[in-house]
Amino acid sequence: MARITMIEAIRDAIDLMMARDDKVVVFGEDVGYFGGVFRCTDGLQRKYGRTRCFDTPISETGIVGVAIGMGAYGLRPVCEIQFADYVYPAYDQIVSEAARLRYRSAGEFTSPLTIRMPCGGGIFGGQTHSQSPEACFTHVSGLKTVIPSNPYDAKGLLISAIEDDDPVIFLEPKRLYNGPFSGHHDQPVVPWSRHPLSEVPDEYYAIELGKAAIRREGAAVTVIAYGTMVHVAEAAAAETGIDAEIIDLRTLIPLDTDTIEQSVRKTGRCVILHEATRTSGFGAELSAQVQERCFHHLEAPILRVTGWDTPYPHAQEWDYFPGPARVGRALKAVMEA
Amino acid sequence: MAAKSAAKPKSSEAQAAVAEFTKDQDLAAYREMLYIRRFEEKAGQMYGMGLIGGFCHLYIGQEAVVVGMQMCLTPGDQVITGYRDHGHMLACGMDGKGVMAELTGRRGGFSRGKGGSMHMFSVEKQFFGGHGIVGAQVSLGTGLGFANRYKKNGNVSVAYFGDGAANQGQVYESFNMAALWKLPVVYVVENNRYAMGTAVTRSSAQTDFSKRGLSFNIPGEQVDGMDVRAVQAAGQRAVEHARSGEGPFILEMMTYRYRGHSMSDPAKYRSKDEVQKMRNEHDPIEQVRSRILAAGFATEDDLKKIDASVRDLVQEAADFAQTDPEPDVAELWTDIVK
Repeated sequence: MARITMIEAIRDAIDLMMARDDKVVVFGEDVGYFGGVFRCTDGLQRKYGRTRCFDTPISETGIVGVAIGMGAYGLRPVCEIQFADYVYPAYDQIVSEAARLRYRSAGEFTSPLTIRMPCGGGIFGGQTHSQSPEACFTHVSGLKTVIPSNPYDAKGLLISAIEDDDPVIFLEPKRLYNGPFSGHHDQPVVPWSRHPLSEVPDEYYAIELGKAAIRREGAAVTVIAYGTMVHVAEAAAAETGIDAEIIDLRTLIPLDTDTIEQSVRKTGRCVILHEATRTSGFGAELSAQVQERCFHHLEAPILRVTGWDTPYPHAQEWDYFPGPARVGRALKAVMEA
Repeated sequence: MAAKSAAKPKSSEAQAAVAEFTKDQDLAAYREMLYIRRFEEKAGQMYGMGLIGGFCHLYIGQEAVVVGMQMCLTPGDQVITGYRDHGHMLACGMDGKGVMAELTGRRGGFSRGKGGSMHMFSVEKQFFGGHGIVGAQVSLGTGLGFANRYKKNGNVSVAYFGDGAANQGQVYESFNMAALWKLPVVYVVENNRYAMGTAVTRSSAQTDFSKRGLSFNIPGEQVDGMDVRAVQAAGQRAVEHARSGEGPFILEMMTYRYRGHSMSDPAKYRSKDEVQKMRNEHDPIEQVRSRILAAGFATEDDLKKIDASVRDLVQEAADFAQTDPEPDVAELWTDIVK
């Protein structure tokens, strides 16, 4: 099996689905000729032609709106929003049209589209190229929200997303495109080739949406994470020596509450991580779910380690980012509580 | 046809005679454009050295646009633009030290390190940013025009955006409102032919952006954006139109960026020959330089002195941007809400 990057895994999934199903069309800003600013669609236009992989104008509302129309009439659009920070003009179409089409047509029409977008910080993008807007989507009924943490999952989850008959928001942590990231920004970049989850089969495989993965088994505390923060959690567990059980959610909606519940009932402690801002972040939902399901098993208050309630700063990116030191402190605190 | 010369305006209005500059105008334009170019070259170097992180979009090649437009504005007029904003700030008179220090994320940066390359502002110079979201500034610039009309202050707002941003829906919502309410706004489309890696012809059904306001009855003009005199002449007409209460005006500046879209642009979407041809035949600074020498406005030695003073200014900015301290960690929490 080849060891590949997250970019290659994403491209592989799209390529495979385009080959299997001629209803799959791929488009977005700089997606066709240029191959995507992060190269996720590189070569697809050459392989499948300009009617199946093409550039759009810089018009996010239009990109998503047109995708919904295509989807309602039998196509399976996979569109890219160049940065998750650019999605807000399309939010109206996503919320009012894509997410609700099935419900208001009593199931007659669906929106089988996948909206891919790079998210998260770590590349000094400042406030308009670093955000993690997942909670904007998990709050909307009718959407599924996926966020992989490694190449293997990225391919399997993206295939499931494309095959899904409902709209899927597919968030790609851009800091993970070329390698896992522990949050130690001052250390050299580790390539994916050294990570076991970069081993990706060439052939088709799907990872069911709504199934979390346990990245590290442990007995002391449950850490719930997704995307980049999975790797930060692993680093923090290693550095503190705390026997954490690390859950990688993989999909936020549908949420694998069974895996969460089983783990917290076992450990009695829970720390929730995300890079997005804290207040009304997805961690708040997770925290509520945990206390509803596991209240009598909890030995300590649930803690969240998140981005601060500030815009993503330029110069102070690493003061904002919830790195392994902050996660480590929370692990210790929850153990001592 | 991406290879067609962008510098040649098509519409008849743009053929209106371009008046020669006076000696002072030519020398001022030369100095300003050179300052922007040397500043951007330095920023590119510092990026390469790892002193600037993240996003950095250089303005090299497009200098005549902001310098020519600025010559038409009076104090109180506002300027707003997108993310390729360094040139606009320098042309507005913002201190190069503060711009460079924002690029390096230092305390003395115009946004105290919070914004970075794409997000800087100056109340004093009436510069309203620096916006990282493509096209978003067009609506804001329209609002500035509304405020001008509301306050009856006689000011004009200039909203710059690129050929890529011109396809955002909110641009047309803004055009409609600006025309409906006769707002004093000059929309300047900096058509540098590429929206990142996508050529105009691959993203735009109507590639003559000066006509994009026709359905709202907004007049437009295509301008040779590599000739600072043409920019200034067209800018004067547009600004007067807006200031006189006639409503908005669209100027399409046919320009060209020599460098990549950002610092991580493999530039596979155009040929090196195309870039070289623009540099050789249409460079805005070379055009002024030859004119100055031909007209005898200055000697080679005089120009060398200008070059040296510009280099000193840029070096001063670069030194400041490297020695100024980084912001205190407490700054992370300031300026969010009051």
